[in-house]
Amino acid sequence: MNDRRPEPQFDDSDTIGSVLAKKWRYDWRVTVWLFTKTALGPLFIVWALFAVLDAFQQYGGSFAQIRSFQLIVVHTAAVAVPAFGMTIIIIAGGIDLSVGAAMALSATVGAWGFLHGHSPTEAVCLCLATGLAAGILNGSLISSLRVVPFIVTLGTMMIFQGAGRWLAADTPIRPPLASFAPLADFQAPFPTPAWHIFSPGVWIMLLLAVAVSLVLRYTVFGRYVFALGSNEATARLCGINVPLVRISVYALGGLFAGVAGVYQFATLYQGNPMGGVGKELRIIAAVVVGGGSLSGGRGSVLGTLSGAAIMAVIDHGCTTLGIGDMYQDILIGAIIVAAVAVDQYRQRKMAAAV
Amino acid sequence: MTDSAAPLLVMHDISKRFGATQALSGVSFSVRAGEIMALVGENGAGKSTLMKILSGAHRPDAGSIHVAGRSYAPGSPQQARDAGVAMIYQELNLAPDLSVEDNIMLGREASRLGWLLRREQRPRVQQALDLLGHGELRPDAPVRSLSVGAQQLVEIARALVHDAKVIAFDEPTSSLTRQDVEHLFKVIRRLRETGRAIVYISHFLEEVRQLCDNYTVLRDGRVAGAGSLAGVPESAIVALMVGRSVEELFPTVPHAPGDVLLSVDRLSGRRFPVAASLELRRGEILGVFGLVGAGRTELIRSIFGLDPVKSGQVRVAAKLLAASPRAAIAAGLGIVSEDRKGEGLAQSRSIADNLTYSRLKPYSTLGWLRLGERRAIVESWMSRLHVKARSAEQEIAALSGGNQQKVALARVLHQDAQVLLLDEPTRGIDVGTKAEIYRLIGQLAAEGRSVIFVSSYCHELLAVCDRIAVMSRGRVTAVRDASNWNEHSIMEAAIAVDDSAGGGNERPSA
Repeated sequence: MNDRRPEPQFDDSDTIGSVLAKKWRYDWRVTVWLFTKTALGPLFIVWALFAVLDAFQQYGGSFAQIRSFQLIVVHTAAVAVPAFGMTIIIIAGGIDLSVGAAMALSATVGAWGFLHGHSPTEAVCLCLATGLAAGILNGSLISSLRVVPFIVTLGTMMIFQGAGRWLAADTPIRPPLASFAPLADFQAPFPTPAWHIFSPGVWIMLLLAVAVSLVLRYTVFGRYVFALGSNEATARLCGINVPLVRISVYALGGLFAGVAGVYQFATLYQGNPMGGVGKELRIIAAVVVGGGSLSGGRGSVLGTLSGAAIMAVIDHGCTTLGIGDMYQDILIGAIIVAAVAVDQYRQRKMAAAV
Repeated sequence: MTDSAAPLLVMHDISKRFGATQALSGVSFSVRAGEIMALVGENGAGKSTLMKILSGAHRPDAGSIHVAGRSYAPGSPQQARDAGVAMIYQELNLAPDLSVEDNIMLGREASRLGWLLRREQRPRVQQALDLLGHGELRPDAPVRSLSVGAQQLVEIARALVHDAKVIAFDEPTSSLTRQDVEHLFKVIRRLRETGRAIVYISHFLEEVRQLCDNYTVLRDGRVAGAGSLAGVPESAIVALMVGRSVEELFPTVPHAPGDVLLSVDRLSGRRFPVAASLELRRGEILGVFGLVGAGRTELIRSIFGLDPVKSGQVRVAAKLLAASPRAAIAAGLGIVSEDRKGEGLAQSRSIADNLTYSRLKPYSTLGWLRLGERRAIVESWMSRLHVKARSAEQEIAALSGGNQQKVALARVLHQDAQVLLLDEPTRGIDVGTKAEIYRLIGQLAAEGRSVIFVSSYCHELLAVCDRIAVMSRGRVTAVRDASNWNEHSIMEAAIAVDDSAGGGNERPSA
């Protein structure tokens, strides 16, 4: 069994995890594979495009500097964290429209905690618990009612929004700065001391990225998530506890929404129950641009991270170049459609090759 | 009277190939106006391919079709309908929320500038229903509220409104009650009187004899025989369907059955099975034969806990088994689904994943997997079953059907199942791999494992199994040693309509 096989070949059917595992030593082919078959390539292209455009501007050249990189990364983190949870949900063949509202609700509950004299640790725990509870509610409803996740989470989206508004008496909760001092620099683009390079939020996001990748690849749960999304009937046939896996998937998604709530609070210094409106679509877009398939079974953390970064690069690039908001929206919309079209084309080609 | 007339439907020298299988070779078939032609044959003999060509779903590789003397080459079911060819399938193609009238007129609505002209539609609908002898059906009743038999009438009425000259019925009675079958036969005879050409496909030779004038038997994609039904004994037709003697393609491994391991006692599901009882010994291969729709799949799915169980018990080594796949796997049961794509395997996942989904425990500590260890074991299974693949990480979808089936079997072996429930394990697989699977099944029995082998191909069961149970309409109607069966008796037992046990009047769930 131990005879060395010929050089591994990479193809469309490989996942990022399997490529990295096959070639854990550095190999230029891994880099090529990453840039041609994952969203890392498009990310680089978009970034380079803005850098070049910016360089030709009067007083230009700031885009390719470390300061703008730091800004982009902070914006990426705010979308990427909840998108990691969404990645798991989408791989399992689900969808969560309530993620934005759950984030906002978590931030609101956290702010409420700060306002009522809870310690930062307690308040952050409240944030996370709120997200987790929201996720468990989603998962339980989907599993027990057997209603499609799209509809269930559309409903819970409005429920979470309403609950947040009730708690906040319909205005954002602004606790005094002193009550949450340790969180004040959590999402600061330019941290002190400068050698930290990135804000704590960014480092935590990177840690979470590694953790989720490992869970998806190296745990029984991770395998079951892919099994469920790839073919639920097979999962049942193999004795996998489908309802439990599904509830766990949404619970994890909710937990990440809770973490994202902390990010949201630390960015705005307030808990705004309406702060999540429209966020869910950006989060889903990050997963989809990163190669996640809405029919389940496919998706990756690196892809999602790239997807979130592409959107952050476009936002920041357009701002630097003085291009208006509406053009940013158009550009991001076009990229989403193009990403899915390319993905479909690739899948058809693969199906034809079989 | 119409004997002298030229046939209304002529299919001449039709051939069709799918990949490596020649589904039809040189089939010629004709039906005259006012004739009911029975088309019979075993599963896989090519009947449905022939009908799909007639209905425009497939194009023939060679051959020609004429309808009413005109050349006919439909590119789609729509074109077939326009040319006057209608198909009535086992599964009905109706919109349940629309009314009878809307369903009948669907695609042929009388309209002006986009507005429906119900006043014009109504008489045509009524005329069609009257022609069928069922003028009492209310045109404005929603189809959902009708019985299955009445729904079928709606479908036939639709064919009439579309001026169908040739109407083909594909297994129309399998979901009907006895009474509805009688009604349907009356309707079909009325259609014959109006000078239409009828093709009637059925497994039930008794029905064929009651209804049809002539027959055509297909076997292995060829016409095995044709003629008038008058004076032809049923056994002669069965002989044509079953064909030649057993090919020498079934390697066996000597094995000796021991004590009873699995016992199924009056197991009933939502529709099928119906009070099915079976016993399976250690080291025994039990074949389950039946025609498509006889409830074989439902039987083993109910044993495994995949389909809901209404009543009855399953015991493994005398211990009662709970009706859930998890409990079944824990008790040592393993299942190989007949539907590799839809259920058996997660097509977009790797061989390693699919092989180990049902048992990841040996490679995990606190939920974390040791992938290297797993890979080594998976590779050893792949080499034992001769799975041809680039690596254990290759996606299932990239494998051939035979290799996919081997992975599905390997999974059941990997989970160390003592009772293997194999549903059509050789369907859609090349001859060489089939032989490998027969040998493997023999080896498993020799190791003391028990196998339930479901198949609609009686030769393989006769060759491989120790005992064979025959199912018909959800019931186990006969169990005998394989040596006490032959192709003819097994076919006759499967075709026999068993009404003695009742239950036929239940309305099947849609």
